[in-house]
Amino acid sequence: MYYSQFLSHVCMPHAVLSPPKRSWNSSESNAGRRVGHWSKVPRNVNLEKLRSGYLFPEISRHESEHLQKNPGASLIRLGIGDTTHPIPDTITQAMAEHVRGLSTIQGYRGYGAEQGNMALRKAIAGKFYQDMGIKAEEIFVSDGAQCDISRLQLLLGPNVTMAVQDPSFPAYIDSSVVVGQAGELEEETGKYGNITYMNCGPENHFFPDLSTIPRTDVIFFCSPNNPTGHAASRQQLKQLVEFAKANGSIIAYDSAYTAYIRDGSPRSIFEIPGAKEVAIEISSFSKFAGFTGVRLGWTVVPEELKYSNGFPVIKDFNRIVCTCFNGASNIAQAGGLACLSTDGYQALRNVIDYYMENAKILVDGFEPLGLKVYGGKNAPYIWVHFPGSNSWNVFSEILKKTNIVTVPGRGFGPAGEGYIRISAFGQREQILEASRRLKLYL
Amino acid sequence: MSLMNNLSTSMISSSSSAFLAPVSFNSSRTQSVTVSLKSINIVKCVATPQEQQTAAYKTNVSRNANIAKLQAGYLFPEVARRRVAHLVKYPNAQVISLGIGDTTEPIPDVITSAMAKRSHGLSTLEGYSGYGAEQGEKALRAALASTFYGNLGIEEDDIFVSDGAKCDISRLQVVFGSNVTMAVQDPSYPAYVDSSVIMGQTGQFQKDVEKYANIEYMRCTPENGFFPDLSTVARTDIIFFCSPNNPTGAAATRDQLTRLVQFAKDNGSIIVYDSAYALYISDDKPRSIFEIPGAKEVAIETASFSKYAGFTGVRLGWTVVPKQLLFSDGFPVAKDFNRIVCTCFNGASNISQAGGLACLSPEGLEAMQEVIGFYKENTKIIVETFNSLGFKVYGGQNAPYVWVHFPGRSSWDVFSEILEKTHIVTTPGSGFGPGGEGFIRVSAFGHRENVLEACRRFKQLYN
Repeated sequence: MYYSQFLSHVCMPHAVLSPPKRSWNSSESNAGRRVGHWSKVPRNVNLEKLRSGYLFPEISRHESEHLQKNPGASLIRLGIGDTTHPIPDTITQAMAEHVRGLSTIQGYRGYGAEQGNMALRKAIAGKFYQDMGIKAEEIFVSDGAQCDISRLQLLLGPNVTMAVQDPSFPAYIDSSVVVGQAGELEEETGKYGNITYMNCGPENHFFPDLSTIPRTDVIFFCSPNNPTGHAASRQQLKQLVEFAKANGSIIAYDSAYTAYIRDGSPRSIFEIPGAKEVAIEISSFSKFAGFTGVRLGWTVVPEELKYSNGFPVIKDFNRIVCTCFNGASNIAQAGGLACLSTDGYQALRNVIDYYMENAKILVDGFEPLGLKVYGGKNAPYIWVHFPGSNSWNVFSEILKKTNIVTVPGRGFGPAGEGYIRISAFGQREQILEASRRLKLYL
Repeated sequence: MSLMNNLSTSMISSSSSAFLAPVSFNSSRTQSVTVSLKSINIVKCVATPQEQQTAAYKTNVSRNANIAKLQAGYLFPEVARRRVAHLVKYPNAQVISLGIGDTTEPIPDVITSAMAKRSHGLSTLEGYSGYGAEQGEKALRAALASTFYGNLGIEEDDIFVSDGAKCDISRLQVVFGSNVTMAVQDPSYPAYVDSSVIMGQTGQFQKDVEKYANIEYMRCTPENGFFPDLSTVARTDIIFFCSPNNPTGAAATRDQLTRLVQFAKDNGSIIVYDSAYALYISDDKPRSIFEIPGAKEVAIETASFSKYAGFTGVRLGWTVVPKQLLFSDGFPVAKDFNRIVCTCFNGASNISQAGGLACLSPEGLEAMQEVIGFYKENTKIIVETFNSLGFKVYGGQNAPYVWVHFPGRSSWDVFSEILEKTHIVTTPGSGFGPGGEGFIRVSAFGHRENVLEACRRFKQLYN
């Protein structure tokens, strides 16, 4: 992930807490005269409300700057949750075979169904939603969860209210701002006025106290959670579904990390009775199959999910998918099908085990240091508490002193302050080296 | 949910099988297809029947009023649905699809072998890559800049690689937001209007004129050479312009584009120039808006590998946002586009990008030209057929679309008649806007024998 040169001095991440300033290269000469042509098209006010770049390119930028200052540095990247392990042969072979087929008359495929290849939709239903009554027709194949989150926001429109966990994956909030749902950013709290932030911390077992949460139309909920690593229990999810039902809300459930669950926690919101009437589930092959660059995911929209006027949400989602999208790459979809074969799935489980062994090493490394460490058990993220600290400062210090890239918790929301997220993707040697460096530094 | 089922069948992905056996249909069949225009255009998305509705649980979330404004399904799934319904009615019909502009010819080896290599590489330590730059892989951006914009002053970092033009059109709408006005050609590719409606830029659909309120429709007809009379066009913030045009096939001249750029400059508007068919140009018409001086300050250009390399299913395109393009407060549009790309997208598939890079190698470019040439030959055959039948025929010179005039007739009626009588799927002109009424779009993608067979059938029907 690289950030264009001419954008590199813009959007300091901590600008969220400082007054807004015109930090772009406006085409004004020193005399204040306009240089060059300015259109009369007003800038989208929603985009003005985003005070900094998207979190992960910001991390990349810091990394690049650090490398520029320290050219010989042996950097270990535990920041952006980017998979590192090669994709198992059986899957890439399927993709290569499909690709070679595209050069033949029998194997050539043009436009696919925007909703995805039916064989893949069926395989997803069979593998992940067996016994939950989710049909292939309710599954929409995507080019990844990040894209589907935005398509979902486009679907919902500017006039819905939303709740997010705090901390949470930044795309929920950022996409909400972009679509115009979020209201103004309150500088003191760092929160958008129209978004409900559901605090998730050790004190509440990383599950919000729903009795304190006002009704919103949509509730984004990620489990296992990015960044905290917490996998919600069946009991917690039951409460969530009941809460949504009582309030007539829609849960947008992000299950991108379900494959990492080790302790029997629910793997899908649809394991909870009644969820089909209140929830959409978004998932991804990225962390499951190392498809971060290949681009494949899916969203489940149950037929039972209805707007207040009775209109099925699935029909509108389908319309968005047909109008704003043209299907995931058929090559990625061929790969997806192979991921769900017996051999493919087993091979992927081995890769996941590898990452979770990384996570264990990192968790075990922290605990003797007296630091409170969360996650790392059901997700490839470790959430480390540095009480009373400014997480961007801790991020910078760690980067400077140990050449390890992490992610400051504040990037995931105000309640992330004081935490650092460390991702467990990486080659074993690097993980061991990182663990060693952190022990020394801390 | 039969609509859903139909949409999800693999019949939609239209790799045509070989239709070698001649169709035996009775050309004297007088079965007339009278389908009312209104009932065709309006797909009523009927929810559960009343008696079930009271029992079925509803959330308290209001449906997005913008989506409710859309009158029917997106055009091409509609056409696909009709094709499926036709096959249900005539299971043995040898249907030929000249409707949805779907490529049919295999992708040249030089391109697929690069993609196969990249795929295999993902299984190795050295070859594995995870998240790519959201803006696209550097080598591909550089190759796009030098191949298409070499001497036009467009640089690598002005180029954003996408998973296709259709997706980028929506991302552009997200950048612009709901408070901008837009103009489209009439007729035009439906994604411009539909994405505008979804974004909330438009008012309600006005049935009497078949237009959405708040969109400026720039009529393009044979009478005005398929270029709008700009003196009659109201100022809008955004102007969508597609050249060579889908569906009319018209390619704008240098003079016309110069006037368009001047118009945009005078009005402080932004042109979104769709150049998806540029490589089909046969004469010296401009292939990029940036060939026009001053365009970098007023235009965005979107493009696609779909129709060049048969990448309709592989998914790859690009959008050029020049640094010089500024909002009214001086803020560079490219910065906001970059933010959207980073937030609402995660990059085109790395395998597709490897294919794109191979497309732009000397061998790849040559191979693409061959494929394009093949479709252009198809187009020529179709143009000649309709010419010989006495039709007024437009397009077909610089685009893989033939725009056939059926004066005084409803285009959905003609569509249905052609489908019923010849088992050929076309696209009704009114699906592209009210200015398309009375026209049929015939696309030239298809195996040669199917195109020849289709032309035989057209001759039989219209002789």
